[in-house]
Amino acid sequence: MSFVFWLVAALTVAGGLAAVLLKNLVHCALALTVAFAGLAMLFLQLDAQFAGFAQILVYIGAVAILVVFAILLTRSSETPKGAGIFSRTWGAGLVIAAAVFAVIGWAVLQSGAGLPHETGVPSVSVQQIGNALMGRYVLPLEIVALLLTAALIGAVIVAMHEKDGAK
Amino acid sequence: MTTPLVGYLLVAALLFAVGLAGALTRRNAILVLIGIELMLNAANLNLIAFWRYGPHPEALTGMMFAIFSIAVAAAEAAVGLGLVIQIHRHAQTTDLDQMNRMKG
Repeated sequence: MSFVFWLVAALTVAGGLAAVLLKNLVHCALALTVAFAGLAMLFLQLDAQFAGFAQILVYIGAVAILVVFAILLTRSSETPKGAGIFSRTWGAGLVIAAAVFAVIGWAVLQSGAGLPHETGVPSVSVQQIGNALMGRYVLPLEIVALLLTAALIGAVIVAMHEKDGAK
Repeated sequence: MTTPLVGYLLVAALLFAVGLAGALTRRNAILVLIGIELMLNAANLNLIAFWRYGPHPEALTGMMFAIFSIAVAAAEAAVGLGLVIQIHRHAQTTDLDQMNRMKG
């Protein structure tokens, strides 16, 4: 395990923690961006260049911006002072999350020796990825295209401003 | 002797737990969506890590799974945030504790 890995991992987890813990929603969105960037760096360390740059383009470029827009559009409903940022059942949620982490961590540590070992750096070019997308994975690609179109239309229809009396 | 894979899996598990805690404990609907995004990203990290250290990386299976997962997550974020904006316009709140009616 290299020093760089632990540095990037700490940055990613710290970004994720800040994203769910901070009080100001805009700060949460910025921390989320840090977590996404850390994940992209982890992808690059795993020699998945295409996935890493897709992560940067899609998450930092699109999803984070979308989150910021949603936060600004719903700005008027800041939680009233004193109400707290956590829901009434936060204790149960925390216990569930801790239990899930304990189970996954235990499973990972138990199977540590049985996991596959280093098999050499895979050299995957973008051309190979394109060939795979147009060959073996063409049907999932088409389905994703359909899904993205449906999501685009659906998001516009859902968020479209209704005219008075058009309910 | 452990493989580097264990480190990636532990980081992904931690990130998943953080996202789950955020989705379960925050009051704001947008923060719940952020928690879900973190969970999806943790799953993507698992997919890429297993692709990298698995027996047949040249088959690109895990990489493709992660790329499609990224696309689906983007669609989910767009629709989810559109719903939050519409609910805010309707009920003037994004507080999940106050959203207790399906019918306006």
